[in-house]
Amino acid sequence: MKIELLDVTKEFPVRDSGTPFTALSGVSLSVASGEFLTLVGPSGCGKSTLLDLLTGLATPTRGEIRLDGVPVTGPGLDRGIVFQQYALFPWRTALANVEFGLEAKAVPRRERRELAGHYLDLVGLTGFAERYPHELSGGMRQRVAIARSLAYDPAVLLMDEPFAALDAQTRESLQEELLRIWQATGKTVVFITHGIDEAVYLGQRVAVMTPAPGRIREVVEVSFDSREGDLRGTARFGEYRHAIWSLLREEAVPVA
Amino acid sequence: MPRPSQGAGGLALSALDDSVLDYSVPDYGVQDDSAQDDSAQGDSGQDDSAQGDSGQDDDDPPRGAPGPAAPSVTRPRPPERPGRGRRALLAGRRAVRAVAALLLLAAVWEILPRLEVVDPTFLPPLSEVLLAWAELLRSGELADHAGASLARSLAGFGLAIALAVPLGLLIGWYRPVAQFLGPVLELFRNTAALALLPVFVLILGLGETSKVSIILYACAWPILLNTVAGVKGVDPLLIKSATSMGLKPYRLFQKVILPAAVPTIFTGVRLAGAYSILVLVAAEMVGAKAGLGYLINYAQFNFRVPDMYAGIITISALGLLFNLLLVRLERRFSTWRTT
Repeated sequence: MKIELLDVTKEFPVRDSGTPFTALSGVSLSVASGEFLTLVGPSGCGKSTLLDLLTGLATPTRGEIRLDGVPVTGPGLDRGIVFQQYALFPWRTALANVEFGLEAKAVPRRERRELAGHYLDLVGLTGFAERYPHELSGGMRQRVAIARSLAYDPAVLLMDEPFAALDAQTRESLQEELLRIWQATGKTVVFITHGIDEAVYLGQRVAVMTPAPGRIREVVEVSFDSREGDLRGTARFGEYRHAIWSLLREEAVPVA
Repeated sequence: MPRPSQGAGGLALSALDDSVLDYSVPDYGVQDDSAQDDSAQGDSGQDDSAQGDSGQDDDDPPRGAPGPAAPSVTRPRPPERPGRGRRALLAGRRAVRAVAALLLLAAVWEILPRLEVVDPTFLPPLSEVLLAWAELLRSGELADHAGASLARSLAGFGLAIALAVPLGLLIGWYRPVAQFLGPVLELFRNTAALALLPVFVLILGLGETSKVSIILYACAWPILLNTVAGVKGVDPLLIKSATSMGLKPYRLFQKVILPAAVPTIFTGVRLAGAYSILVLVAAEMVGAKAGLGYLINYAQFNFRVPDMYAGIITISALGLLFNLLLVRLERRFSTWRTT
């Protein structure tokens, strides 16, 4: 197993209150090496908390997170993160943004340039190396962010609703590209989203999360005989979507 | 978009930008604002990426314009581009508009005293003032005064940068330092610098030390406060993003906090530049033997009224130039802050 979450609970202290807020409760999950796992759930179900824990920016209150069997103790270059709001450094060009992680990894300058250029090519941004983020469209910025995370070659790619701020068409084309990149690089991907369609389209498995407190309700295996043509329009796709929708729905409407 | 070329000055610059844009979106004709920058960006980038580069140099316009001879007859040229002539005309028109108010002011200054609407003894016509100014310049007196003033201003300004920027970084970065110094800073920043001038004179005497010190003091505030704000205002997501890549605090500071804060710091530096001239005059009115403030004060005392106005004009020109320089510098350091 690449990533293992063992009965992870995360609580936050609440101001003026003795009882803490439980963001995640008893979450257990494992992700195989090279797997594409999507996490779907409504806002406030603890998705982002889970991602912070995986990143190592936060530590679980109880339980343990292991990466290759080793407990996660802090952030590191073995995991790459892609944020919804791109988080590009506006004073750096696209190329320099991609180089950022490589600088942190102390890769020599020339090699850095080459690698960064290579990853910009991979995300389809050949020729945009010298552009500043404000000169790029939202979709292009997110491509740069993906290239930046891939460039320092982490084993795991953690993505926090990366396409949520994009228009529908750009989103679909980036989803396709992400799958292509995933297949080309063989990374383990944990992809957080609130869109059921997106979760079904991208994930080999979809972990369905429910809020208050955040739990994983079920993990749905997704497989298609063929991904050719309009995958989203197939009956199979519709079944998956409905199944996940029902799982989410049951929780959203508590016993009357 | 090609970084707004810093080479040319304000007016000429915007005219140039328009014409650069004209190549990518010919149908819009010349527009005044940069709104279409964005539309030209987007995904349609490929075609303007080529000229994006060429547009950076001020003096050789991206293809078109004079160029080598032998015009090819085949392709009808896409909508007329503004040639040198039209561009110059536009720039000229803008310049005229901008200068008009100044000319009007000059005319009023010249005519009212001559018609004795105002007493020419106290406000001599502009021409007389300019004559006095020329005389001061010729005798070398003006250069001496301006030199003394500039030396003080720059010394105080420079020291303020050297002290306030590091201190501001420290306060912005380390919460305990901010909490400790906060109330004192709040107290002092709400005390007018000039109110403290007598204190400076009392403690540091009438010499250069007290003058440079008061300028330093006045300049330090905008720099300090902007630096603190700059450091505190860094987008937390950028910090999170960098931390997630395992950056240690020192590297984080160097690679994220500092570059993100630079534009805000520069706003403070520009303000300080203005203060350095403003406070200077007041400082030089007390116990100085040279300097433009001294000149103004001394001329007034001795009823050399045209000289007094000559001094005032010089100082305002100095302030204007200094500000212009700093604005230019600021723009250079914050081109990316266009979101």
